[in-house]
Amino acid sequence: MNVLWLQSAGCGGCTMSLLCAEGPNVFDLLDGAGIEFLWHPALSEATGGEVLSLLGAVESGEIPLDILAVEGSILTGPKGTGRFHMLSGTGRSMLDWVKSLAPKAQHVMAVGTCATYGGITSAGGNPASAVGVQYDGHHRGGALPAEFCSRSGLPVINVAGCPTHPDWVTETLLLLAAGHLEAEALDSLGRPRFYADHLVHHACPKNEYYEYKASAQSLSQLGCMMEHLGCIGTQAVGDCNIRGWNGDGSCTRAGYPCINCTAPEFEEPNHPFTETPKFAGIPVGLPTDMPKAWFMALASLSKAATPKRIEENAVSDRITVPPQVKARKP
Amino acid sequence: MSAGDLLVGPFNRVEGDLEVRLEIEDARVKAAYVNSPLFRGFEPMLLGKSPMDALTITPRICGICSISQSAAAAQALANAAGIQPTPQGALIAALLHGVENMCDHLTHFNLFFMPDFARPGYAGRLWHERAMARFTAMKGSALRQATEARAQLLHIVGLLGGKWPHTLAIQPGGVTRAPTARDRIRIGSTLTAFRRYLEDVVFGAPVEAFIELTSTNELRAWTRGDAGLFIEIANDLELGRMGIGPGRYMSFGAYPQGNARSFGPGVWEDGSVRPLDTADIREDLSHAWMLGEDAHPTRGQTAPDEDMSEPGYSWCKAPRLAGQTVETGAFARQLVDGHALANDLATQGSSVLARVAGRLLEIARTQLLLERWADAIVPEKRFLDEVTLPNHGEGEGLVEAARGSLGHWLRIEEGRIAGYQIIAPTTWNFSPRDGDGTPGPLEAALVGAKVEPGEDTPLAVQHIVRSFDPCMVCTVH
Repeated sequence: MNVLWLQSAGCGGCTMSLLCAEGPNVFDLLDGAGIEFLWHPALSEATGGEVLSLLGAVESGEIPLDILAVEGSILTGPKGTGRFHMLSGTGRSMLDWVKSLAPKAQHVMAVGTCATYGGITSAGGNPASAVGVQYDGHHRGGALPAEFCSRSGLPVINVAGCPTHPDWVTETLLLLAAGHLEAEALDSLGRPRFYADHLVHHACPKNEYYEYKASAQSLSQLGCMMEHLGCIGTQAVGDCNIRGWNGDGSCTRAGYPCINCTAPEFEEPNHPFTETPKFAGIPVGLPTDMPKAWFMALASLSKAATPKRIEENAVSDRITVPPQVKARKP
Repeated sequence: MSAGDLLVGPFNRVEGDLEVRLEIEDARVKAAYVNSPLFRGFEPMLLGKSPMDALTITPRICGICSISQSAAAAQALANAAGIQPTPQGALIAALLHGVENMCDHLTHFNLFFMPDFARPGYAGRLWHERAMARFTAMKGSALRQATEARAQLLHIVGLLGGKWPHTLAIQPGGVTRAPTARDRIRIGSTLTAFRRYLEDVVFGAPVEAFIELTSTNELRAWTRGDAGLFIEIANDLELGRMGIGPGRYMSFGAYPQGNARSFGPGVWEDGSVRPLDTADIREDLSHAWMLGEDAHPTRGQTAPDEDMSEPGYSWCKAPRLAGQTVETGAFARQLVDGHALANDLATQGSSVLARVAGRLLEIARTQLLLERWADAIVPEKRFLDEVTLPNHGEGEGLVEAARGSLGHWLRIEEGRIAGYQIIAPTTWNFSPRDGDGTPGPLEAALVGAKVEPGEDTPLAVQHIVRSFDPCMVCTVH
């Protein structure tokens, strides 16, 4: 199975993250699954003229394309021309290239939240008029129309994340190569469910603090970051705390909040990223699938029942009160 | 473009997108014009936001210099608040940043730069078969080893920073995670394993032996490890004469802790180092698709010229120091820091050899720094202080990314970001011409490069461009 990878208006961090794949390394992993890059801008030997010939051959259909992978948002500015990103050496915008190549591909895969929904490149006033490959934020219809399906019949496969976990990308590729990624394997925003059916909250080491609503007051404290520090791990999709990043890492494990980077429009939360907006002292944006009244009732009950250990550790940057060792009966 | 011109692109194995137009005469490059073809607009994006949001947004300028961006933003905020991070917080920030820079050097050498020597154009050279076995793009054994070693080393960032790229761990007052004694031991073990990789594979010798090199002749006699293969190739192809830069070098100084920096700051010219004054920086807009006046970054703005009118030919502004071009990067850093090997190499000018050797030297020296910093972690200490930002104020954040000097200039008004300007390393190195018509450092370095018959993407041009380790997504941002 061949892959043509294009880097559009993004930071290149999803490729950099992809290189962090382990057990085995990314080259052996993809090679072992029969996946090869026709061209990858950061990794392939071919440059300049060689690439122009290759792009021409894919566009004309001379080389059949299995997967078009797009990393980075698609710029439509200025004035709808796409000229804020001309694919170098070609005299054509990346917008034009993606529109032309996508219908040739068996599958189209958007890698990272810029490519899926516009992402950080569309933050603020969206100065370059960035959109995702098939979405513009929450709205379906981006560089490609809302109804677009690739030759396989699937819409654009949205491997969202800022950056993407290396396994999210490799496992999507491997599932496609094995013919095991069907429409029902994608969620309502086109994200592969093998990671999007989990929440960042799952296996977060702060879960016990969450249970008692024992909150961190400032960054680096051990307590739950939902009440004060902007953490949206209870709503954000991703198995970040289950599989771990760069070994055993994750945002919440490192003491800073989940900012919901797998979601459309995460870049504009309408409040500072590390502050929780509140209404009448109650955080706005409680877990999505829990009745608010129940949440409040349980929260006040559990808060009242908070053990001293949890209360103290929550506002400390290290464990100051260890769990009690139960004395054996004489 | 006239008949003798070449337009080179897509130019890959650099971070981001790059286009180079070459005027050719007598089989040599007569003039080069470097175009950064992507504009995203991070600076205008930040205006009106809460200053602390810069810590989330600016790392996402770049997926390869992400921690550098993060460290520069944290420093600019700290500077605006008039505070310094806790000493242990600064230590962990240095460790995180050092790991990223190390990984970037490794990625550059193995994945971006060396694969060009495995090209069929070099078939028949004594070293070509070995270069193919080690460095063929995506397949060579060296690439696979480097990728694994890099992924393992980044476990330090996983542990202390949660993930790489785009960590939010580095804050103006320190870092968000207080490491434990167990973490310290794990970091030490990771570094020990990484040293073994460097000594078995990259240098074929203790890292200290490479650091002890004092002259170009000693360097040219280095035969061990992949560094030895590179030197053999460099000797054969005379990479020491290829791609000579402007001869002025700048470093902001790397890894601040207290008032000291592990690699010192300054400007090197004609054999001596003078202090750096960032007040001398101006961004020239004459050949950029940018509107407005030339300005110091504290007063600069970013207003793209949507008509992309001439004489503009790039989205990149042209930063100048006291009106002059300067080269920045690992070689510049080692030179400004006064390393003997860098000083000797500089007598011949910066070249493809000097830039890559500077990076190898820095890999070796950074290993020692990382080990020293890991040993200096004291888990009992404080790692983060809370910081209150002023409602009005200015801050400057100066760091060294793998590929050179990175600056953030922040202005806060009424508690919001009122100005944010960024000058990245490749903005300096790959800048277009300025108002005097002086070409940027890469543009100058390409003049004289050989163009072999039939080449549409000359190999010499590729070596010179990649020797700078450009990061194009940072360049314009």
